[in-house]
Amino acid sequence: MNALLEIDNLHTILHTGKFPVRAVDGLSLKINKGETFALLGESGCGKSMTALSIMRLLPDAGEILSGNINLNGTDLLQLPESTMRRVRGKQISMIFQEPMLSLNPVMTIAEQITEVLTQHFRLDKTTAQKRILQLLDQVGIPDAERRMHEYAFQFSGGMKQRAMIAMALAGEPELLIADEPTTALDVTIQAQVLDLMREIQRQNHMAILLITHDLGVVSEMAQHVAVMYAGEIVEQSPRKNFFAHAAHPYSQQLFASLPNKQKRYRELAVIDGTVPPLTQAFSGCRFSDRCNYAMPQCHDTVPQWHPISDGHKVRCHLYGPSSASLNVMHAHKAAPALTLPAVLQQNQNPLLQVSGLKVHFPVRKGIFKRIVGQVKAVDGVSLRIFAGKTLALVGESGCGKTTVGKSILQLIQPTAGSVRYNQQELVGLERQRLRPLRSQLQFVFQDPYSSLNPRMRTIEIIQEGMHALNVTTTAPAMSEKTSAALAFPHEAAVDALLECVGLPKETKWRYPHEFSGGQRQRIAIARALAVNPRLLICDEPTSALDVSVQAQILNLLKSLQNELGLAYLFITHNISVVEYLADEIAVMYLGRIVEQGLIDEVISNPRHPYTQALLSAVPQIDKAAAAEMIRLKGDIPSPASPPQGCHFHPRCPQVMPVCRQSYPETSTISPTHTTHCHLYSQEHSSNHHEHST
Amino acid sequence: MPFTPVILWTDALIFLLVFLTSIFIWYVRDNEHLLTPWRRIGHSASGMSALTVLLFFIIVGLLDTLHFRPALEHKNIHGETVYSVEVLSVLDLLLTPLRTHVEKTYSAPLATHLYTKETFELPDGNQIRAFARLEFGGSHLIDPDSEYQSDINDRIVKGIGLGLFFWIILHAILCLIMAHRTKQRFTVCFQSIWRRTTEIPWHAILITLAIILALSGMVFMLATHYHVLGTDKVGQDILYLSLKSIRVALIIGTLTTLIMLPFALLLGITAGYFRGWIDDIIQYIYTTLNSIPSVLLIAATILMMQVYIETHTESFETTAARADVRLLCLCLILGITSWTSLCRLLRGETLKLREMEYIQAAHAFGVSHWRIISRHILPNVMYIVLIATVMDFSGLVLAEAVLSYVGVGVDPSMISFGTMINAARLEMAREPMVWWTLLSAFSFMFILVLSANLFADAVQKALDPRIKTYAQNRNSTQNNNSAHIPAPSPANKPVQHP
Repeated sequence: MNALLEIDNLHTILHTGKFPVRAVDGLSLKINKGETFALLGESGCGKSMTALSIMRLLPDAGEILSGNINLNGTDLLQLPESTMRRVRGKQISMIFQEPMLSLNPVMTIAEQITEVLTQHFRLDKTTAQKRILQLLDQVGIPDAERRMHEYAFQFSGGMKQRAMIAMALAGEPELLIADEPTTALDVTIQAQVLDLMREIQRQNHMAILLITHDLGVVSEMAQHVAVMYAGEIVEQSPRKNFFAHAAHPYSQQLFASLPNKQKRYRELAVIDGTVPPLTQAFSGCRFSDRCNYAMPQCHDTVPQWHPISDGHKVRCHLYGPSSASLNVMHAHKAAPALTLPAVLQQNQNPLLQVSGLKVHFPVRKGIFKRIVGQVKAVDGVSLRIFAGKTLALVGESGCGKTTVGKSILQLIQPTAGSVRYNQQELVGLERQRLRPLRSQLQFVFQDPYSSLNPRMRTIEIIQEGMHALNVTTTAPAMSEKTSAALAFPHEAAVDALLECVGLPKETKWRYPHEFSGGQRQRIAIARALAVNPRLLICDEPTSALDVSVQAQILNLLKSLQNELGLAYLFITHNISVVEYLADEIAVMYLGRIVEQGLIDEVISNPRHPYTQALLSAVPQIDKAAAAEMIRLKGDIPSPASPPQGCHFHPRCPQVMPVCRQSYPETSTISPTHTTHCHLYSQEHSSNHHEHST
Repeated sequence: MPFTPVILWTDALIFLLVFLTSIFIWYVRDNEHLLTPWRRIGHSASGMSALTVLLFFIIVGLLDTLHFRPALEHKNIHGETVYSVEVLSVLDLLLTPLRTHVEKTYSAPLATHLYTKETFELPDGNQIRAFARLEFGGSHLIDPDSEYQSDINDRIVKGIGLGLFFWIILHAILCLIMAHRTKQRFTVCFQSIWRRTTEIPWHAILITLAIILALSGMVFMLATHYHVLGTDKVGQDILYLSLKSIRVALIIGTLTTLIMLPFALLLGITAGYFRGWIDDIIQYIYTTLNSIPSVLLIAATILMMQVYIETHTESFETTAARADVRLLCLCLILGITSWTSLCRLLRGETLKLREMEYIQAAHAFGVSHWRIISRHILPNVMYIVLIATVMDFSGLVLAEAVLSYVGVGVDPSMISFGTMINAARLEMAREPMVWWTLLSAFSFMFILVLSANLFADAVQKALDPRIKTYAQNRNSTQNNNSAHIPAPSPANKPVQHP
């Protein structure tokens, strides 16, 4: 095995503010030819800065202080800029996280690839065109000859990322740096892109430096794993060893904080505190303040590399020669079990009943704004949520799940259907009549960065709902203090709410931008709780957060449900979160629910081909548990012109002629488990279905 | 009484504006969280220097706003005091020598002779053409050729000395106040100012002040015996004209903006927020208004106003009152024609904001529309309003000049930068050129607009809460406070029942 890229003791700093930020602090790694090397870590730990240092594309404030980056034996840091330009794209190329932002919207795909080709090869026009066609074919863009002359906006998200990969491959690089290549994509598309990358790697014998925060992606892709924390690598290992027994406490904690089905009745382990600011000089282990196994020496001595097995080394005192505490390691601190309240009897009346909900957006054209079509974002959705229960609404982006959530709250006016809360119809209620019900139903938004007004302080944010809905103090304990605060009559209530979501009460005087993402999401939850709701609609509340922060928010939601008996409508695309949190699940595809049932029924025995594909596309850490992956062709169609018949039939692996004719009726599999698929007609019972090919 | 106060329309509006500003300041002083961002303006060196210059302009403008009519010597037949028909301001009073020292025609800055040759008849009957001595400028000199240079130098040095003397006094007072407040020694305060360790950049303010005072002292010493910036065609002192123009510029800049703002804010935000037919109507209104050439509209209005004034002379006591109504009318019509661009910007921004999740969260709480607009949308578009206002301020000061040039600006009897430029335009073509009128108008306008821009820049930076973090983070790293926010307590604590 010969090394392609060797980084030795790289130090990169960012000159922002008074003190430089040590974004990369003494990083060394080695990538062999044809190998996939995964750099794993949470946001802000210096992964992207490492990639940019290799490309020498640091922002103006960045500076490489010292270190060597050797590519095939030449030190990239010694090269003049003109030579470096020949290295970029030719020897190393890079794909970025956001395919939407990394393609130029005013150039066709072919023009953009030509740019790379002319930079590195002498090609005449026809050969160049041939090469582009070949590249686009290689990344699996259908009808490449026509599509190469289209613009980026005519491509879907997955297709853009494919075009981006084609561009990266144009220079026939030896090393491909992929910075979170699939984070912005849906699971089924992610599976396609990961497949493609593996395929191309095998064909071109190219090395990949994969930067990601997703343990599942790492386990699917990588041969070698390095865990990065606060600017340095804390553990390096071949994949197998790493997933079998991760050595560093940080890596172990990361695994422990992943939600899944087995942890359902327990709290998720959380890593206390936050990543330390990288402006300081560290005198001990960087993780010592948050580590469960911290020893006195961790705080004053910087740990050195300790080998564990072949190729597996870790920067931790626990594995040092002097340490006798190895046995501590495997005595895993079990996460505290949740005492679940006795299962509530499902009373006859659901808290929320949605039936036949439709939200159509008219497409208008021309000077008189004639309606020329309808975007059927939600097309006949029926749901029931019982008090104290969680219903998960699962689907890929663009399937209308957020619209369902918003139209239940009447934030978007439904076109048809009914939404009944406690037997009371919400659709068509006037603004004034709706107000008393507003306090019962609340919404937690996806992006904690845009859901809090940047010009209001925490206390004002939380009080807004109380003022608007005239909610009196939330708990009896507060009544004694209410008279004290005149300027902020609900101040005591706000304190209690902040405490309830795990924030110190002094934070009420701060503005949202002073908080981290997880803390902001806590504020958003506190704001929703301020009006004593019975049902929270959570729209992907953890998708913008890191794994360890996600664990904190999930724990919070779960304990709030236990304490307050809240019901949740949990909108997400993350199956493992669903397995951890939900009681029931509804799978949505193109505005309709295709399968619905209790969580165990659907996850362990999915019936609809789409559900099966969705579940199998989730990257699994545990290889043994992973079922055979079902590949889906193509992208989710536009809801403006859904396919005839069953919406799923163009992508369905088990498509039948009847699927093109009519939309399937409900098939009941068990009293709680229903699906819409021609494979299971209504009279057929659960195990009796015919495969047709 | 030796005078009777006169309150013109624009004066009343200016007083109202000053009153509102003081109420706002008083309100902000009582609210700590509102005060902090405004305090941050005090940390910007360029902003504070600009404010110092701006204050100089504002003081001149305010002095010029206090109008009165002086009593005449004689009394009428009923024994009542008769007041002059001429309306003067406090500024006029202070600048009496400048106002009354009127020459025959053009004279260059600091000149002792007229700019044009005149024909003299000598006692012997011969006629010669020569530059006549000025009536006031340099009249104290017996032999200008030999004494002129030394007199000028002498006065400049004395003037700068005088200015710096006042500056030192102010500086000492500042240090004393600081020493009193911080309970430190006088020298410590002095050092901290010049080592730039004070929170407010006093060094920048003091340097600006030193320049202003030195210049003022110099001008003060020279202006008593010379025309520092020359004279215009009818011999009026250009310095006097420039100082008088400041009030008109400020009025056009501020009042017009104030008239424009309600239109732009109300219509722009409602259009963006409610969309639908409200949006359609508002868009039609501003598109229509925008497509009418504004000069045409302004000219029509001003001419109509002119006719009204001329047919109702009895309702205006003085010429100043007449000119003032015309100025007010100009502000109104400028305001009505210029709100469209800001309205369009605000509509676009509101369209973007209304889709933000925090607005939707407010909807989910059933917050009323007006409350959403005032609490969520208005604060988030204020930065656009602030930038547009200052841009408009500069634009309007310049527009006044252009309109006066076209002849539909302020009343010809009113002194403004526009009338000055208008009067000077022909002289640019003559040989030798009369350049000083234009140059003074240009420099005064330039300094006014530049300092307004710089100050607005500082205000905008200070009011954005997101920019604060940067400064705060810097401070916190300075103090080695590693974690600014206490780490979130882990959620696996038992949750308390609220």
